[in-house]
Amino acid sequence: MLFGFPLLSLIIWLPIVFGLAVLATGGDRNARLARLIAISGSILGFLVAIPLYLQFDPTVSTMQFTEKHVWVERFNVFYHLGVDGISMPLILLNCFTTPLVVMAGWEVIRERVSQYMGAFLIMSGIVNGVFASLDAILFYAFWEASLIPMFLIIGIWGGPNRVYAAIKFFLYTLLGSLLMLVAFIYLYYVSDGSFSILDFHKLPLPIEPQILIFAAFLLAFAVKVPMWPVHTWLPDAHVEAPTGGSVVLAAILLKMGGYGFLRFSLPIVPDASQQLAGLMIVLSLIAVVYIGLVALMQADMKKLIAYSSVAHMGFVTLGFFLFNAYGIEGAMVQMISHGFISGAMFLCVGVLYDRLHSRQIADYGGVVNSMPVFAAFFMLFAMANAGLPGTSGFVGEFMVIMGAVKINFWYAFLAATTLIFGAAYTLWMYKRVIFGAVASPAIEELQDISKREFAVLAILALAVLWMGVYPFPITEVMHVTVDELLAHVANSKL
Amino acid sequence: MNFIPPDFAPAYSEIFLLVMVCVVMLANLVAGERRRYVAYGLAQIALIGCAVLTFTSFSSEPSYTFSGMFVDDVMADILKLMVYATVAAVLIYSRAYISIRDMYTGEFFSLVLFATLGMMVMISASHFLTLYLGLELLSLSLYAMVALRRDLVTATEAAMKFFVLGALASGFLLYGMSMVYGATGSLHVASVTEAIQTGTLNHEVLVVGLVFIVAGISFKLSAAPFHMWAPDVYQGAPTAVTLFIGSAPKLAAFGFVMRLLVEGMGEMVADWQGMLVILAVMSMAVGNIAAIAQTNIKRMLAYSTISHMGFVLLGFISADTNGYSSALFYVVAYVLMTLGTFAVIMMLSREGFEAENIDDFKGLNKRNSWYAFITLLLMLSMAGIPPMIGFYAKLSVLQAVLNAGFIWLAVVAVLLSVIGAFYYLRIIKLMYFDEPVSNEPIVPYGDVKLLISINGLAVIALGIFPQILMGLSLYAIQNSM
Repeated sequence: MLFGFPLLSLIIWLPIVFGLAVLATGGDRNARLARLIAISGSILGFLVAIPLYLQFDPTVSTMQFTEKHVWVERFNVFYHLGVDGISMPLILLNCFTTPLVVMAGWEVIRERVSQYMGAFLIMSGIVNGVFASLDAILFYAFWEASLIPMFLIIGIWGGPNRVYAAIKFFLYTLLGSLLMLVAFIYLYYVSDGSFSILDFHKLPLPIEPQILIFAAFLLAFAVKVPMWPVHTWLPDAHVEAPTGGSVVLAAILLKMGGYGFLRFSLPIVPDASQQLAGLMIVLSLIAVVYIGLVALMQADMKKLIAYSSVAHMGFVTLGFFLFNAYGIEGAMVQMISHGFISGAMFLCVGVLYDRLHSRQIADYGGVVNSMPVFAAFFMLFAMANAGLPGTSGFVGEFMVIMGAVKINFWYAFLAATTLIFGAAYTLWMYKRVIFGAVASPAIEELQDISKREFAVLAILALAVLWMGVYPFPITEVMHVTVDELLAHVANSKL
Repeated sequence: MNFIPPDFAPAYSEIFLLVMVCVVMLANLVAGERRRYVAYGLAQIALIGCAVLTFTSFSSEPSYTFSGMFVDDVMADILKLMVYATVAAVLIYSRAYISIRDMYTGEFFSLVLFATLGMMVMISASHFLTLYLGLELLSLSLYAMVALRRDLVTATEAAMKFFVLGALASGFLLYGMSMVYGATGSLHVASVTEAIQTGTLNHEVLVVGLVFIVAGISFKLSAAPFHMWAPDVYQGAPTAVTLFIGSAPKLAAFGFVMRLLVEGMGEMVADWQGMLVILAVMSMAVGNIAAIAQTNIKRMLAYSTISHMGFVLLGFISADTNGYSSALFYVVAYVLMTLGTFAVIMMLSREGFEAENIDDFKGLNKRNSWYAFITLLLMLSMAGIPPMIGFYAKLSVLQAVLNAGFIWLAVVAVLLSVIGAFYYLRIIKLMYFDEPVSNEPIVPYGDVKLLISINGLAVIALGIFPQILMGLSLYAIQNSM
């Protein structure tokens, strides 16, 4: 707590309160009011998160801005918040994305506007809670609660097959997380009645329970990341979700899985993590190589980006289980950068979809003729997605590959194939959609992006380039925390 | 021989209620057809009066009366207060529904109050026969309530099934009790415990008695494989009666299990623990899997109840204060959710139309987004999603199970509740993702509107601040063991 001011609580609850206010505006008669409250709430949410970065002390690895109050006395559950170099950047990413999502849905969403905007704001607050919780039950409550708004977003405003996708999304995640809950309760007993995550970190555990706990965590986080072979919900959810839903899903919700590995799996069960690192690396490489090939064959743009997300998140899990600073920091950078890039890619597809109501690559062609500004932006993001140096996409991948070389040349070699596959599937799609002959009269009459769309894409473009050229501000804050994490993982808990 | 009158003080609320039932019946005759609200008002007054009596006589020391057959302790007081609140809510929720279905009669209210009296006796019993007496008073009233609309074929059929199977279960129970009596020579809860403690009794006879008692209990709790009656009765009975059957009696059943198994046969925990494990797993499996196939909402909720009762039984398995209080917390959470859900079903019904199919929930968000939101909270709570109260109910039961060392059981429970989440999500899907099939306005009475909002918000508020209710459950159990 800084100067006695509960900054983290504010960051969590401000968007939720604004979200409830948006819901309270009721029907579509007040849509304008709903939009205005939503945008002011989301921008305010971002502004209050800025002091988090400015006043963060990057030289210490302990939790900062901590708040601790008794919540459920019976089970020793605390309302315990705090951030370190791992969670702070993710909170910023989330607060940064929310206003963009609200802007992206500004005119496009015409039905039940207040519910749409309200759901996004409430989810933003909940996700901040996930990243800031230092109590396992508090974490779990936020973690599960984040499913509810997303479930409704996909189901209400999604595409034709939205019901299937929404229910699949919910049940997949629920299955994983309930086993995590069992692991938490087990740890609660082993630690003599504490749900504090920091206490779990210090808890000595024999190897068998470590492996079981690792498995429970793995299921929860692997589904969320998602790792091969439990990734199948993601393409469905992405394809059916409205643009804003896809952006939040790719940019934020997947990061919850990655964050889970760093906050729970590695520090709580370090020995199991080391022992099973080989398995994790293999799964990650399958995601990188095989899913990269799968992405190549997609006819639907959103599906293609969804598979590309799985491949990119494969890099993240690969980085985590290399157990060196390059790997973990690279994975963190990759998470942030993927948040920008995949969000931008989905927004670009959304721009096209709003105009032609098709996501099929085959329906497009020659878009550059009528939408040159858009084509330029899309170009930048496509390049970033392919990992072009100078964009944020390159930094993380490069660091992870560097980390992998130190462990095993072949890991690095296989991981590096993503630079080829990534370029192939992204640029091939770009070529078919943007260049070539004009596919239909409708494309000839397309309007280029509006000022609102321009603003959203420009902000993301700046973020992508800035992180690609000068990633230091991000790596700086996580450096000490990552070193501390590595030192912790190196100590056996047996 | 001198007649020494027993101390009536511990049973004042029961006596008061009995008097009030007679008053309700008489007043209803005098008031006649046009003034049915008299009976309704008197019933509510009776419940408030009981609450006042129970509340003022509250003491942390148990007091026994009627030669030790009746006890008034902390658990009894707390459970009774909950029963009053639940019954009062049932009456408020049902008023509109029963008044357009020829059920707004004195009989309905006197049966409800008789059933309530039965529950109170069950909760306060410290003798096996008192327990049985309370149980039968409750059951007979319920049989009659199910058949109250005697012109309806489904209701009469349901009542018949309920009666036949219920009588069978009561037979089981009595038979089990007679075995216990044979082995211990007493039916007093305290003397049975003492007799078993000596360890010199014939164990086989006791175990056979225990098996029959557990079977009887399972029937009343509707735990699988003794659940067969529940879906038919839930579906066939008028919704107001289903609401009643599904809510308050579960609180009484909790008290019943506490008195019989825990206080009476607590020494035989090693024997009944294994039985409860099987019952709990079967209930969760049958309830959650069969619920998926249902298209009738009342039937679906019956299966959902079965699975929830499986969870309640899980709480008993750990056989310590922690576990029992978790089970109590679960029952209270369950009652809260059931009340709200059936209230919504009755709200969707109107004259000449029964909201019975899950499709009747279609597009509720478009018809009235507030009630859709309340139902959303209720369904998520039933599925055990935080921050709803259902989550803490599951959490506390699971921690008790893990504490007792049954890791596999916790994992099974968790897997089955994922299956369970599916059918609750389906209701949410119908409400939010589908178009409405009917555009009839939903216009509940003002008091229903208020109460259902409180009910829905309580599900989330008690989920965010579960400490009060958890503390109360713990207090109730700690002070009666």
